[in-house]
Amino acid sequence: MITIGHILSRIKSGESSAVQEVEAALERAKAHASYHALLELTPERALERAKLVDEGALTGKLAGVPFVVKDNFLAFGAPTTAASNMLRNFDAPYQATVVEKLEQEGAICIGKSNLDAFAHGGSTENSAFGPTNNAIDTTRVAGGSSGGSAVVTALDIVPFALGSDTGGSIRQPASFNGVYGIKPTYGTASRYGVVAMASSTDTMGCFAHTAEDTALVMGVMAGRDSKDMTSLPDFFDGSIHPMNPMKIGIIKETMDNSVDESVRAVTNTYADTLRAAGHTVEEVSLPIVNHALAMYYIIIPAEVSSNLARYDGVRYGHRSEAAKTLAEVYSLSRAEGFMSENKRRILIGSFVLSQGFFDAYYLQAQKARTLLIQGFEKLFETYDALLTPTAAAPAFKLGENTEDPLKMYMTDVMTVPASLAGLPAISVPAGTNEQGLPIGVQLVGPLQSDNTLLSLAASVEEPRS
Amino acid sequence: MSVYDEYDMTIGIECHVQLATKTKLFSPADNDARDAEPNAKVHEIDWGLPGVLPVLNEEAVCLAVRAGKALNAAIAPISRFDRKHYFYPDLPKGYQISQMYQPIILAGHIDAPLEDDSVVKVRIHHAHLEEDAGKLTHFSDYSLVDLNRAGTPLIEIVSEPDIHSAAEARAYATELYRLMTYAGVTHGNLYHGNMRFDVNISVAKKGATELGKRAEVKNLNSFRSVERAAEYEFKRQVDLLESGEKVVQETRGWNDDKQITTSQRSKEDAQDYRYMPDADIPPIVLSDEEITDIQASVPTLPGEYRKRWKDLNLDFSVVNTILEHQPVAITLDSVVQDQGANDVAKRVFNWFSSVQADDIDIAAVASGLVGPQRLTELSEMVSSNKLSSTGAKDIFLALFDEIYKGMAPEDIAKEKNLLQVSDESAIATIVDEVLNDPASAASIADIKAGKDKAIGYLVGQIMKKSQGKANPSLAQKLIRERL
Repeated sequence: MITIGHILSRIKSGESSAVQEVEAALERAKAHASYHALLELTPERALERAKLVDEGALTGKLAGVPFVVKDNFLAFGAPTTAASNMLRNFDAPYQATVVEKLEQEGAICIGKSNLDAFAHGGSTENSAFGPTNNAIDTTRVAGGSSGGSAVVTALDIVPFALGSDTGGSIRQPASFNGVYGIKPTYGTASRYGVVAMASSTDTMGCFAHTAEDTALVMGVMAGRDSKDMTSLPDFFDGSIHPMNPMKIGIIKETMDNSVDESVRAVTNTYADTLRAAGHTVEEVSLPIVNHALAMYYIIIPAEVSSNLARYDGVRYGHRSEAAKTLAEVYSLSRAEGFMSENKRRILIGSFVLSQGFFDAYYLQAQKARTLLIQGFEKLFETYDALLTPTAAAPAFKLGENTEDPLKMYMTDVMTVPASLAGLPAISVPAGTNEQGLPIGVQLVGPLQSDNTLLSLAASVEEPRS
Repeated sequence: MSVYDEYDMTIGIECHVQLATKTKLFSPADNDARDAEPNAKVHEIDWGLPGVLPVLNEEAVCLAVRAGKALNAAIAPISRFDRKHYFYPDLPKGYQISQMYQPIILAGHIDAPLEDDSVVKVRIHHAHLEEDAGKLTHFSDYSLVDLNRAGTPLIEIVSEPDIHSAAEARAYATELYRLMTYAGVTHGNLYHGNMRFDVNISVAKKGATELGKRAEVKNLNSFRSVERAAEYEFKRQVDLLESGEKVVQETRGWNDDKQITTSQRSKEDAQDYRYMPDADIPPIVLSDEEITDIQASVPTLPGEYRKRWKDLNLDFSVVNTILEHQPVAITLDSVVQDQGANDVAKRVFNWFSSVQADDIDIAAVASGLVGPQRLTELSEMVSSNKLSSTGAKDIFLALFDEIYKGMAPEDIAKEKNLLQVSDESAIATIVDEVLNDPASAASIADIKAGKDKAIGYLVGQIMKKSQGKANPSLAQKLIRERL
């Protein structure tokens, strides 16, 4: 396992240089090409920047540390495709704020990782460029939508990778590949320069091997951005704190029989570990989480249908060669540029927003969302954090759920509640099933408790080499 | 009595006002694209590139709050943005950011004066902030998109259907224009589409309890076209009804060359805009204090001036001409404040209203170069017989002349040799000369015979000899004393 600390100390001691670290990461990426975790490498720009680090012209907290960016973040050096045909040849004219921030601290992007097109999906099978394989079992999915970033981290190609999480897109693949994944409090890190999926729940986070690395990277990404009105003033200090005994609730609705036995076992073991560290863990009930998935699949498609309206073939992106009229420019370009799952969400979203249905679906879902938020608030009056499995089961087989969208949506059931409520949530690698497939647990906290959640996880982290 | 007299018309107007901000509503792009190449004033946000987010322009919010004052409207303590979806190449994001559910400006009203000195009170339903779309230019088999205007801040002012004639429609549009320009909300350049009117018109038999089906004439950009379109629609709709046909609810366009409206699309084609809240933009929250602060700098508005000038008994058209230019109104109002509603003040109003706009330089008025003091001085010279009315008018124009720039009226009068001679002895000499002139004999005889008009010839001769400087009434008095 390679951590950020390892790389920084190797460069500092002269054992290696930034150029050597970047070259090695690029080599590892090529050696693992068969996983199809990366869509593009950016060796030219990466080595140029690594040279600057070695020359002392580029310094910072992450100077010389290679990382990977999910391909829905706008970044220089390779096209930003969102794993779609729509943006297959789209070269970013500017960079996402969080990419800029990491670069300012000397971090070096070596490539763009695979995802479900436009981040719609939970397996990375919806990529227009083909699926990514699970890091532990190549016959299984990487999870999604940030599957590529989870896998490059798990395979030790880079010590951290960026992802976006709208309903579980960081946490679920983190769980499937045995790494940390953080979905911070909504507004923690700027959304500017990331292909928008659902404006009210999109968050920018990362994958890493340790709670400490996760905190370090998030600390750099976090902070108010004048380009994103929903970004919060910086509250994230990027470090791990010593823990006082905490009161933690296991949400019982997330531990019923529909959840894989191995997942429940790992979650209970993790609860015991927390108890052994002096924390109190007890069962709590939050019945409304059972409705969260229904809310999510009304509100998010509505926002998706709106945010994808700009991809019309007029100014950039795919324009159908066959289009002869303006109407055809729209209909054919969009028919050719979007994947089935994109279209499914656009259709659902357009439907729930249309006249006569808006009140019954969209507004109703938003009201239920308010109840969900209130339910969490109530629990946080008593508990410092909540514990649930990250996913109801370990990584499933490639192709297993592709014919059944509802079954695929069900894989988000544990992660969407925190997204709808804007709460911070992390997935912590907590064990494996008997086949060795990784299983993660999810810690959810009140707004802006991100540091606390990571510190809690760190306090019971097994020391790893 | 014509058949048209049997019908009433009902009009509601939606007006789009482009705000005079430095930058666009949600991007840092320059908001002034008047002389720019197509697509030169377009930021990545306006292109609707992947990943961009809107950042609300606070200046636009302030201007909307100012507009609220001009509309006698309350400002919403919390207002929000929504997305209005449709596909068209002038709309880069596939949605327009507008305010559907919680607009920033709530109900209000304006009083629009009419030529007969009556006033039409038009209630404002609400006004909301939104972004403008780009512009398409169509050619035979292709169209070009210019996004310079895309993202320009607008407020859309929605009136209640309180307007009942074409003249009232024009009066409303004109007064709205004055209010928005006076309050500094817009540059008010109609040629560049700074204000655009959508006029909803329906007709119904007098006394009918229900309104008729309405047609909306879109995108009118002059007061005249608002009036003409209303006149045309009234006739068209009455004619339809009289011939047993029906008025269909539809959108119509105004053909300015032919002075007619033409059908654009009917209600059946109406789009479902799939409005939804825009989660990228937090609500606008304004405290009473903030609103008061912003509105404190709104200057005196036209209605207030009309009230203050009432005692001058000016013609409607004189007041209108003066109000056309805010600096002129400010300057003349200051004369009135200082002088009261007397002849000195009234004379100044008449000067301004009787000259061509090109003859005067508004900038000189705005800068104070031709200010209240100079104008009062000039007017007082007429009252004290130092100048004739004609001479004063001449000097009034000279105030704007490069040659006399900054000079006092009295000095200009001296330079132009226009000061009236009111010294009795000096004029008396000339009077005697003229009366002794044999050429005057006939006129003198006429006057003595009771033909009083003949005195005009004698006065004329005196004016001529004095090179126009003699005070004519004094000359007349002296003639009569001698005859």
